[in-house]
Amino acid sequence: MAYKIVKSQCTGCGMCEPECPNKAINEKNGIFMIDPAKCTECIGHYDDAQCAACCPVDDTCIVDNSYPRYQA
Amino acid sequence: MSSAAGIATINLTDIRSMREHRELAVKVEHTGCSTSSAQGKTGCGSGAGAGDLPPEIWEKVKNHPCYSEEAHHHYARMHVAVAPACNIQCNYCNRKYDCSNESRPGVVSERLTPEQAARKVLAVASEIPQMTVLGIAGPGDALANPTKTFETFRRVAERAPDIKLCLSTNGLALPDYVDQIQAFNVDHVTITINMVDPQVGEKIYPWIFYDHKRWRGRDAAKILTERQLEGLEMLVSKGILVKVNSVMIPGINDGHLVEVNEAVKSRGAFLHNIMPLISEAEHGTYFGLNGQRGPSAQELKLLQDRCEGEMNMMRHCRQCRADAVGLLGEDRSAEFTTEKVMAMEVRYDLARRQAYQTQVDETRAEIGAAREAELAGIAQGADDVKILIAVATKGGGKVNEHFGHAHEFQIYEASNAGAKFVGHRRVDHYCQGGYGEEDALEGVIRAINDCHAVLCSKIGGCPKGTLKEAGIDPVDSFAHEYIERSVIGYYKDYLARLDSGELTHADRGDAAIRQGAFIAA
Repeated sequence: MAYKIVKSQCTGCGMCEPECPNKAINEKNGIFMIDPAKCTECIGHYDDAQCAACCPVDDTCIVDNSYPRYQA
Repeated sequence: MSSAAGIATINLTDIRSMREHRELAVKVEHTGCSTSSAQGKTGCGSGAGAGDLPPEIWEKVKNHPCYSEEAHHHYARMHVAVAPACNIQCNYCNRKYDCSNESRPGVVSERLTPEQAARKVLAVASEIPQMTVLGIAGPGDALANPTKTFETFRRVAERAPDIKLCLSTNGLALPDYVDQIQAFNVDHVTITINMVDPQVGEKIYPWIFYDHKRWRGRDAAKILTERQLEGLEMLVSKGILVKVNSVMIPGINDGHLVEVNEAVKSRGAFLHNIMPLISEAEHGTYFGLNGQRGPSAQELKLLQDRCEGEMNMMRHCRQCRADAVGLLGEDRSAEFTTEKVMAMEVRYDLARRQAYQTQVDETRAEIGAAREAELAGIAQGADDVKILIAVATKGGGKVNEHFGHAHEFQIYEASNAGAKFVGHRRVDHYCQGGYGEEDALEGVIRAINDCHAVLCSKIGGCPKGTLKEAGIDPVDSFAHEYIERSVIGYYKDYLARLDSGELTHADRGDAAIRQGAFIAA
């Protein structure tokens, strides 16, 4: 699995971008997206997924079930 | 990763011991605000004048509209919205909602890159010579966006070195950036401190993001308060002026703010600004949706008066937007959208700005002389009658606004000590439409109901009658005079009428603090 950002909820504040240890979050024209190929759910870095922990809107950075669970 | 990560290994015990160490140093060194004389008159703060402050402090605050009440009549500030991210959640804040007709902290119409922001500052500075101060206040937290904040300061300082730089923060990241704040010559920092007790804090802050974790409840509030006070002390030890903002939330921290006041005063904060909670449900904040009310005008004033013996209070805060432009109480941000700024020809004319400032210095000297002359004849009776007087002004320190055009009234307390600015009341129309003049007038009366008189440059016959019925004396005989001498002049006349038996003094009731959307048009 990887995390994804629910576009309709995201305020575009950008808090998550520098917090991501994998540099998986990028902004394009004000829209923030997580690159599932880079996302490790913060496993091996931190106890909590940083994007979800710092996001001001609940349920905006969520697990994307269409990707297999990350293997550390 | 943000640069905040660099300090992740410092634990709170270390911070505490560092703080205790510094606390001693601060207590010894601190000579800033001293409470002088038995009348409880403070020698510092927003109401202070040239003679009350050490010259180097006066130099820093005299042209700063947020730090000097006197300056706010003449000088303007601007905020640039380069800092959208925030590292904490407050129950009175919801940044998702952004109505362009609204004025409150945390709200902006456009976000800017540092390049755009610097260009906007130069454009505004060339159009508005009274703009002396650039602040970064969000819409998130200036220090949760350190790269953008400091890059903006760097660019502005390069092109317009005369503009004062300020920032506003919740304090969580502050201890990590004090050196950078000093290196960028930011000499005014505002920290929002709503509590010094985690039991109070947990009712205000649902969570914080710190050291790669989301902290909740009392743990969150404990970390926050320790980081805030630590940051405050570090700034003070470097000679940076600190203003503390507190949001007054009735039933949650209203009584506790006296303790907050003591805590920040003893650590060397320069000025304390207690602001009323804004909690309209339409803003979608936790407090708004849960029916938490804000304070009334008199509740706010009483708390400010209670804290004033300890420290001077800022009472002229307009709780402006994170992209406000203009004098306090005015918002010209719509004239400076990115699109307009990019199309503008920007000429940064330092000479013109300095000429304006010299002229303001002369006006301020005249205002002071007029006030002293008027005050000279005042009776120093044993029973000190105090009345509140509302004033309609559009700036320059004069009674120069038509009653019906006023978006706000400034409130002065007149006593035999003189005229003291104690607040302001917004009276602009509600963002609902369909209401006529009469409803607007009722709103004005509710907002200034604790005043005995209202001074303005002109007033129509109809509102005059309604005000009189409500017990508020409408006065246009001080049109275009300086405010303070007019207030004192009215007060002297009021005392004379009491003496002659024409009037009997009675206290007025309370007044409402206007909430809701702001229409500047």
